[in-house]
Amino acid sequence: MPVISTDQLTIRYGDFTAVDRITLQVEEGEIFGFLGPNGSGKTTIIKALCGLLKPFSGKGTVLGFDCVSEAAQIRERVGYMSQNFSLYADLTANENLEFYAGVYGLHGQYLRQRIREVIELTQLEPYLGRRAGKLSGGWKQRLALACAFIHEPELMFLDEPTAGIDPVARRALWDLLFQLSGRGVTFFVTTHYMDEAERCGRVGYIYLSHLIAFGTPDELKELPDVSPAGTLRIEVSTPRTAAALAFLKARPYVHSATIYGQHINLLVDDASTEHLVAELEEQGFRETEIRPIAPSLEDVFVTLTEKAGNSKS
Amino acid sequence: MTRERKIASGRRPFNGLWPVLRKEAIHIRRDPMALFFTVLIPVIQLFLLGYAINTNVRNVKTVVFDEARTQESRRLLERFANSGDFHLIAFVGSDEAMNSEIVAGRARVGIKIPPDYSRRLLAGDTAQFLVLVDGSDSMVAGETSNVANALALDESLERLLVASNGRASLPVEVRRKILFNPDSRSPNFFIPGLIVVLLQMMTTLLTAFAIVRERERGTIEQLYMTPVRPLGLMVGKMVPYAVVGFTELCVVLAIMRWIFAVPINGSLLLLLLLTTPFILTMLGVGLLISTRANSQQEAIQMAFGTLMPSIFLSGYIFPIDSMPQIFQWISRLIPATYLIEITRGIILRGAGFRDLWVQAAVLTAMSIVLILVSAVRFRSQVA
Repeated sequence: MPVISTDQLTIRYGDFTAVDRITLQVEEGEIFGFLGPNGSGKTTIIKALCGLLKPFSGKGTVLGFDCVSEAAQIRERVGYMSQNFSLYADLTANENLEFYAGVYGLHGQYLRQRIREVIELTQLEPYLGRRAGKLSGGWKQRLALACAFIHEPELMFLDEPTAGIDPVARRALWDLLFQLSGRGVTFFVTTHYMDEAERCGRVGYIYLSHLIAFGTPDELKELPDVSPAGTLRIEVSTPRTAAALAFLKARPYVHSATIYGQHINLLVDDASTEHLVAELEEQGFRETEIRPIAPSLEDVFVTLTEKAGNSKS
Repeated sequence: MTRERKIASGRRPFNGLWPVLRKEAIHIRRDPMALFFTVLIPVIQLFLLGYAINTNVRNVKTVVFDEARTQESRRLLERFANSGDFHLIAFVGSDEAMNSEIVAGRARVGIKIPPDYSRRLLAGDTAQFLVLVDGSDSMVAGETSNVANALALDESLERLLVASNGRASLPVEVRRKILFNPDSRSPNFFIPGLIVVLLQMMTTLLTAFAIVRERERGTIEQLYMTPVRPLGLMVGKMVPYAVVGFTELCVVLAIMRWIFAVPINGSLLLLLLLTTPFILTMLGVGLLISTRANSQQEAIQMAFGTLMPSIFLSGYIFPIDSMPQIFQWISRLIPATYLIEITRGIILRGAGFRDLWVQAAVLTAMSIVLILVSAVRFRSQVA
């Protein structure tokens, strides 16, 4: 049985449809990455799954409980870490933990045991007496995770958990997620970062309220829409990338072009590569090398977004 | 998860009460300056208003245009001066001068005695004199015209009596005794009401802020996702602030008693007891505001919106009995109305529980209704 299952889930705010007929399943123990631009409906879905918003139509179940009629059961069993730092800045780390433990109804021996466990898990020990507002970004997120995990939830919703924290703390937080995932905890993570999306078991991409991609990162990269027949993704290495980019973008056989450091990634007609090298040489771009590459997740989402945008307009 | 679930059900109506209460108490303790100011500001206002408000009309500035300049006219003016209500500040020589003094606000009352005043008096005709009253302050206007009438009547009677039988004392005299506030001291009348208004302002804002702050900082989103129940959250937030409100009440009562020397004629214990449902009601109003307001600014505006009717329609300033019927009904919906009856009753008249149980019951009912309504409103926001 999937941990999360939605069927044609639709949520409206008045006339605005925030989530439009979304169907997805998240399996036990997986890390599901949910991507999409700001305002695309990511947080809305999380709220609906926890029973805070009533769906306009369709239905959803979480851990086998109905999102509308059994929201209380769901809320006891899931952990939620909101988009912004939302702990009490004037309470110490330990007081925050105790508060959330209390709110989730933990008490006595079990409460103390759980607090010990999450402290050990997140290595918060040295910071317990510090006000939450005075912790660095990475430690704040660890504390938030500890608070959201205090009641041993089977499923965790993390809404942009790594926004605004440094790369080292980001890596550390992900290590923690993998550790918990290994114990069978399921994660539903929204993010903007493509490298984080690559780490997820499966990803969904929501755009303009629609789920336009859903699957493992590798599956998505092989979608026909991402690399249409007759096209090829290549990487061009050339000394003057910025100048070359402007030139390349103007070629009729180039569908998209973007710079990665010393390289330019291109989507071109697959018969055009030799022609392309010749034209670059002609323009004075010496020592040009090209090689075929696989699309990145970013390529996937950019292509799908453009396609969705075109079909709308 | 192999381990058996040991967490309590989130379906009990007061779930989350204790942790919220403890957390809120920590918030209060961590911000002593905020606490200090919430307690201090009503105290400052009590001092300002307590000293400033004086409803007794005394020493009204009076300008005189005496065209008669006789023994009789001087005797009449002396009566005015000796009454203590009038303070003769200037003698002028024309109607225009008298008018301009009043228009300019330098005098509130003008007394004009015509040249034939004494002649008519001695001839046995009705002697007239003119009293001009500045109506821009209705309290002064009412009081001064009453006193002027009384003085004229007094003067007339004395003259009649002396003329008829040589007796100089009046046959009938009123000996009035003002109960409970024998010296007609304004603080005695105003401070018990003022306490109610100050208490209302403080308690409403305290709880309104307590939830709005969570909304502003985004922590409420996290709370919504937990099994905290609306009643647990509401009551957990109210209790610490009820304690603060109660402390404030004691401070303000002490100032009233020892600095403004207003004696508490009834039972202090009863006063504290009957104020409790009011504090709860006002905390409930604060909660209701907090389910609406998105920022502390908005909360302040709404709190002041509820404060205005409580000042003007609760009987604090204007007697309820002289209001139009519809406003009397409205005043019955205002919690402050009941507490003002309680505070004036206990502090001034020494009333007991048997006199005030109706007010106490109404306040208790109001507090329960408000807390339930805000819990329902809160729930509808959550889900």
